[in-house]
Amino acid sequence: MSQSDTPNAKQQFTYIGKHRRAVEHRRFVVGAGNFAGDIQLPGMCHVAIVASPYPSAQIIKIDAQAALALPGVVTVLTGEELCQQIEPILPGVDAPSVQRFPLAYPTIRYSGEWVVAVVAQSRAIAEDAAELIQVQYAELPFVIDPEQALQPGTHLVHQIAKTNLIFDRQFVWGPVDQDLANCAHTINYRVRWARSSTVPIETFAVVCDWQDATQILDVWASIQMPKFPDQLAKALRLPNNSVRVHFDIDVGGSYGVKRGLKHTILVAYLAKKLHRPIRFIEDRLENMRGGDMQGPDRIFEVTMGFENDGEIRSMKMHAIDDIGAYAGRTPLQLGKPVGAICGPYRIQSVAYHAQAVLTNKTPQEAVRGFGQAPTNYAIETGIDLVARFLKMSRIDLRKRNLIANNEFPYLIPSGTHYDSGDYAAVLDKALKSASIEDLHQQRDDLRKSGELAGIGISTCLEPSGGNSAFEPLFNPKNETTTWMESCLVRIDLGGTITAIMGTSSSGQAHETLVSTVIAEILLQDPETIRVIHSDSLNALPSNSPVGSRMAIMLGGAAAGAAKKLKQQLLAIAAYQLQKNPNDLVYSANRIYDHTNQNNQISWSTLVEIAHRKFHLLPANMEPGLQEKFVWEVPTGGQLPSTDGKVQMYPCHSFESHVVLLSIDPKTGKVKIHRYVCGHDCGVMISPDVVHGMTYGGIAHGLGAALMEKFAFSPEGQFLSGTFMDYLLPSATEVPGITIVDHCTPSPLTEFGQKGSGEAGYLGSPAAIASAINDALATIQASINYLPMTPNAIWNAIQDKNSTKISN
Amino acid sequence: MKAAPFDYHLADHLDHALELLDHLGNDVKLIAGGQSLVPMMAMRLAKPSHLVDINRIQSLQQINLQEKSLYTGSTVKQKDLESSHISQAIPLFKQALPWVGHQQTRNRGTVGGSLAHADPSAELPLIATVLNASLHVQSHNSQREIRAQDFFLGPMWTSLAPQECLTDIHWPIWNKQFFGSRFLETSIRHGDFAMASAAAQINLNPDGTIQQLSFGVGGMGATPIAFPSLSQPLIGKHLSSEAMHELANQAILLTEPTSDLHASASYRMNLARTLLSRALLGAFEQAQQHPQ
Amino acid sequence: MAQINSYTITIEVNGQSVTKMVEPRISLVDFIREELRLTGTHVGCEHGICGACSILLNGDPVRSCCMFAIQANGMRITTVEGLAPERGQLSKIQDAFCEKHALQCGFCTPGMLIACQALINKIPQPNETQIREAIGGNLCRCTGYQQIVDAVLFATKISSPNPEQ
Repeated sequence: MSQSDTPNAKQQFTYIGKHRRAVEHRRFVVGAGNFAGDIQLPGMCHVAIVASPYPSAQIIKIDAQAALALPGVVTVLTGEELCQQIEPILPGVDAPSVQRFPLAYPTIRYSGEWVVAVVAQSRAIAEDAAELIQVQYAELPFVIDPEQALQPGTHLVHQIAKTNLIFDRQFVWGPVDQDLANCAHTINYRVRWARSSTVPIETFAVVCDWQDATQILDVWASIQMPKFPDQLAKALRLPNNSVRVHFDIDVGGSYGVKRGLKHTILVAYLAKKLHRPIRFIEDRLENMRGGDMQGPDRIFEVTMGFENDGEIRSMKMHAIDDIGAYAGRTPLQLGKPVGAICGPYRIQSVAYHAQAVLTNKTPQEAVRGFGQAPTNYAIETGIDLVARFLKMSRIDLRKRNLIANNEFPYLIPSGTHYDSGDYAAVLDKALKSASIEDLHQQRDDLRKSGELAGIGISTCLEPSGGNSAFEPLFNPKNETTTWMESCLVRIDLGGTITAIMGTSSSGQAHETLVSTVIAEILLQDPETIRVIHSDSLNALPSNSPVGSRMAIMLGGAAAGAAKKLKQQLLAIAAYQLQKNPNDLVYSANRIYDHTNQNNQISWSTLVEIAHRKFHLLPANMEPGLQEKFVWEVPTGGQLPSTDGKVQMYPCHSFESHVVLLSIDPKTGKVKIHRYVCGHDCGVMISPDVVHGMTYGGIAHGLGAALMEKFAFSPEGQFLSGTFMDYLLPSATEVPGITIVDHCTPSPLTEFGQKGSGEAGYLGSPAAIASAINDALATIQASINYLPMTPNAIWNAIQDKNSTKISN
Repeated sequence: MKAAPFDYHLADHLDHALELLDHLGNDVKLIAGGQSLVPMMAMRLAKPSHLVDINRIQSLQQINLQEKSLYTGSTVKQKDLESSHISQAIPLFKQALPWVGHQQTRNRGTVGGSLAHADPSAELPLIATVLNASLHVQSHNSQREIRAQDFFLGPMWTSLAPQECLTDIHWPIWNKQFFGSRFLETSIRHGDFAMASAAAQINLNPDGTIQQLSFGVGGMGATPIAFPSLSQPLIGKHLSSEAMHELANQAILLTEPTSDLHASASYRMNLARTLLSRALLGAFEQAQQHPQ
Repeated sequence: MAQINSYTITIEVNGQSVTKMVEPRISLVDFIREELRLTGTHVGCEHGICGACSILLNGDPVRSCCMFAIQANGMRITTVEGLAPERGQLSKIQDAFCEKHALQCGFCTPGMLIACQALINKIPQPNETQIREAIGGNLCRCTGYQQIVDAVLFATKISSPNPEQ
């Protein structure tokens, strides 16, 4: 449940901020969603994969004879053929030699890497045939541990790169060494964020169909990715306008990971080669091991320098990310946190050393928050340690350091301005909602009854808006500064409104967002406004729903287009009524003279004039009512400076979590008694949607904190292939959650909205770790790695003598 | 994850099923609820050439509750053990069944299926072991009774021969007077296989001494384990709380748990010791509190 | 390899009798989705954990990935497409899901609706604990379950309790 409160909202809204049933729900609750796996085309064939059992090997020989002889098998594709026919997938950092192909050839680099694709009339027959394929491998050395991978003389995952350190950069913003030397105390600590991911319930699914006659490749895919059609065209050596990605496919959850480039290139190639539609739905085994959708896997070594009164002056952070066997976009996941590197705190100088390391493991993919959640976990751990060192309350220490509400826009050392916020107010709201005094009492009672019990606090930023300036920051050869979104809005001859968005949705209720925004501007009932998804041939530029950007960017684009239409309607009315447009009032379904209400013109008349009565249009006006708006991200458009400073995301949402939990000291099992999240994302266009994201994000974070990990054996074998190994929290693990809303509008957006797609996830692992360590501190124990499973907590209890703070 | 091809045979009565088992060779598996078998076939860890479906055989679905015994046919659904009159007779069912997967699992999964699958962490095999239930097993030309403590041989391995079918299970019912039982398990998520589990059941004499005692642990080795060598000598004796802790300690020392992704062997030992201790204490307390 | 035989099965699906030939190895969920073209029921894991494939079998919720279609011969199944009382209407639970925003991407939703419908068929006014247990076998990565719980409470007309209690 949630308690909404908008004391700082700029204005009263008609539709924005109200409870409204999401448009998308109508089809989902009756089972009429349109997911990629639902697509059936005549003559369609199916793909199954043969994957490598070894983490590192050379392919010696592939014998597909028995497979090809099986009735119903259409073809068998090896990497040897595929690699010659397509362009490699390249990393987002400057390392063009680190190439990736959908099928490995000749070198295997992780256990589960795809080796052979079998095409058959059914998926079942394709799997039968896959079992008959014999692959001869010569095993090679391998490296699994990222710190080991950095050592000289270790096996190189890509020989040609001459190093496993595919990205290495040190940023120094301000006089860090000096500040650390001058302050009263320093602490050093280490935390380990385990490799986890968002693991949507729908695996990646793709259907491709190529037509010789039109030279068009149709793609229906469970996709959430910027520049997907472009990368696809490039890899397949097709002109961009030969690729038609259908963005009206419903995506069954993504939260970052559904990039599926290798899946789609593979299937597209097969569709083109065989001239028949091909469908590939990853099964769960293929997805977990070789779907390349695992997440950040980080070691943080942090130093914080602080004064006796709690002021944290300076921070040094070293982050090593084990990105697996190929790079893709993921090293950039170390870069996005640069835009909020000091969190919500007034830390004056920061040094950040980011390293991305290759190992013989499944590659990572972008995960919700793009690296911010692990970074927040690292920062918040330090805040708690400083408080404990000074014997200060963790709440007071935070308040000592939180940026105050009169300091915005606030410039952080790495070059980003935080737009607005009132962090202390959100923290206070969360504490009040949780009844912090009651929580203290409850904690004490639990402790008296023999449990370990702790309260956790986190105060974290959610950067939003998707100015992906980390791209040129981490790869100066990539001078991209355009991060845009578009919307086209039409009012048709019948007076009904249709809006077109140019990307896919995976549960964010964009159709609801866009129709609400347009309704607000044009004062039409949002239920009558239809929102459709284009395909990539008729789409306006989009950078897809990443970086919590769509409320800001798609909302802004929809508003921009609607405003242009509103201006056009006013101009038509002014011409008809022979008034100055400034003397007219735009109202629901009519425009009238503000001095005489009876001097008016109705919506339907205006629409008729626009579409049918050219003789009544003002001069130089286009017929019809259709406007597009293509919008660059606010505060975007600059390249980084040479000292690595850049404005990253424009808008900064904020969350504060308060958690009470207990631990059975004999079993290490955790029980959460109370969970409160204070949340400020400016004006909420759709409060139900925002709350839903936040609950879901908290559940994601709880999983990462307590139970989720992609594990590998020391021999490089992947151990977390099924849902019995990789544990997703169910309704019995996720507690009841209370959300308390606050609103500091953004000065940069149409309605004051900020993004919220990553809400909850960015702050909950930190809060849960904070609570567990508060509990363990009573017996001088602590835990500095995730996931904090019962076994891990029990180990920490046994290992009471280890200290994580050093001066 | 599509199963490998197989042929399917629906048995309408037990003799038919046993004949099929006899004729179809060694690469045949029985299927009832399929909650363990079908996922294994989907992952191609099991690839039988033939499935014999026994889920429609009426004679295997019977439940017969008597004063001292509960007889369940092997294809009785797990959810049916949650009914009130059965769980009054054997409260361990009521305590354990909420941990058996989720409602979907128990709506299809069968009692015999769980026992024949013999996962060392599963709840029903542990209860069967602690109660030393008697399993009735038949083939085309033979039948025999096997005690639960002899039935489980290893992980996913029982003393069932390839042509044999588990047909019914006889669960002993203890005295209602001075009775206590406790089933505890710890898993990371509700419904997962236990990292370790413990079950204890006790009858006391009116003077507070032990009339009957049985306890065991699951997830602590190749099979569920009961400890008759430890419980038998206690008959007629009093048992203090400290002695119960010590008993749990001794029992765990007899186990050899393995490490896996979710739990190390040493954590398991500690966990099982804690759960067994608590199960014994809980059962004992209940027995003392509820004379009838 | 075993000879591939096909068999005729008859199943009542959402109130209508359907007769088809199937190979034994076709799972019930694949039969529903590919043969019957009822794509509302979804496949999430194919090993009996996620619950996205949940349907009602003779009124009880089961995982249709853990059954072969042939095992359902002669039985009655209800999928998400069969939950609405009539065309153009929604069941109480479906309506409550919409009202309380109990879904986002919609992928787990059909199985979730089945689990919730089965619950309220058995327990007309469940409490929060009973709801969470009933949907414990249905994984969702979008919602964090809170609004789903709220939806069931709303459908059964109890106001949301404070999670402190």
